[in-house]
Amino acid sequence: MAQEIEFNLNGEQITCAVEPPTLLVDLLRDRFGLAGIHVACETSRCGSCVIHIDGRSVKSCIILAVEVDGCSVMTIEGLADGERLHPLQTAFGDCGGRQCGFCTPGMVMSALDLLQHNRDPDESEIREWMEGNICHCMGYHNIVGAVQAAASELQADTEV
Amino acid sequence: MHAFEYQHAETIEGAAEFLTQDNKAQLLAGGMTLLPALKSSLVAPTALIDLKGLIELKGACVDGDALVIGALTTHVEVAESEVINSAIPALTRLAANIGDAQVRNRGTLGGSLASNDPSADYPAAVLGLEAVIRTNRRDIPAAEFFTGKFETALQTDEIILAVRFPIPEQAAYVKFPNPASHFAIVGVMVVRDARGPRIAVTGASACVFRARELEDALRTDFNEHALDGLKFHREDLIDDLYATAEYRAHLVMAMARRAVAMASTRG
Repeated sequence: MAQEIEFNLNGEQITCAVEPPTLLVDLLRDRFGLAGIHVACETSRCGSCVIHIDGRSVKSCIILAVEVDGCSVMTIEGLADGERLHPLQTAFGDCGGRQCGFCTPGMVMSALDLLQHNRDPDESEIREWMEGNICHCMGYHNIVGAVQAAASELQADTEV
Repeated sequence: MHAFEYQHAETIEGAAEFLTQDNKAQLLAGGMTLLPALKSSLVAPTALIDLKGLIELKGACVDGDALVIGALTTHVEVAESEVINSAIPALTRLAANIGDAQVRNRGTLGGSLASNDPSADYPAAVLGLEAVIRTNRRDIPAAEFFTGKFETALQTDEIILAVRFPIPEQAAYVKFPNPASHFAIVGVMVVRDARGPRIAVTGASACVFRARELEDALRTDFNEHALDGLKFHREDLIDDLYATAEYRAHLVMAMARRAVAMASTRG
């Protein structure tokens, strides 16, 4: 039986009815058209579907939609400030961290969680943190560089 | 996924009552074991009772000579807890290395124990520290809790509320992780307190176990070199594509030596 849930999605308050077995990733992509959440492995290994719930990164393919009742959900679509991209989004482009682009939204959302809890991670901390995100282009080097560049940019922003 | 009902638990008693009435219902905490199992139809509950709203089951405090951690405390909360790090730093290090960041953001202590995955990290800590699992019905000593592969002493209407860890003099957990999943191919918890040394091993067999012969070797000399020359042997070691039984036996010794060395230097 469908259940009504209420949650905040990228700043907007949402009420909708979902069947309990509906996965969060399917609700967000199919009902709300948030196709920036990518689906690859569907086994919680690859990290393409990473979003934030209440400020922490999670894999939306192993969370039920009903579980976010009362929560705050942010996807890659909610990251930019209007037309102004978030420093992480800019850095992935500038540093060649995007390659084919498929893993990028998940990578960015994972890295955002890291930078929100550790402003100045070193390379090994970034690599360890990003373990749950797989890049099939194997372009990890530039991805790590992009996270470092974004960390510097964000620190410069707060110092101004 | 097959159809099931979903309910938020309002109280522990209410959740237990639901389980009594429907023995095919299942509890949901972080869901990091349950959701993959549901998706691959390994389990087919009639209903899920979501415990996440029971915030009284979150958090940690020191109570006398023990550290008490609520069942719904997530791995990241354990990893970042000053209270836990001051009392038993081995637990914060263990939690910080479970799975990946997204699993740690969601998975819980109680959920991990109730699942009793043969390769999970927490069972080694709970067994090694001789912790007590407190449920809505009773206190279960760790030695009686883990009964087999994915099996525990929990009854169908029993809910883990908290885990009481006696604070040791020294402890360390070291694992050899599967590089993809970060599950322990072998993980060893070494503990030293007034009752003597204890070693608990996860990942190596279908269920976490104590390595008594290694404990005996450490009894007179708690030093990694006290394990020199010993060979670990056990009939039921896992032999799979990740590691042969022989290699797992070798890893038990290697992880035990590292854990003893770490416990000796860092407490």
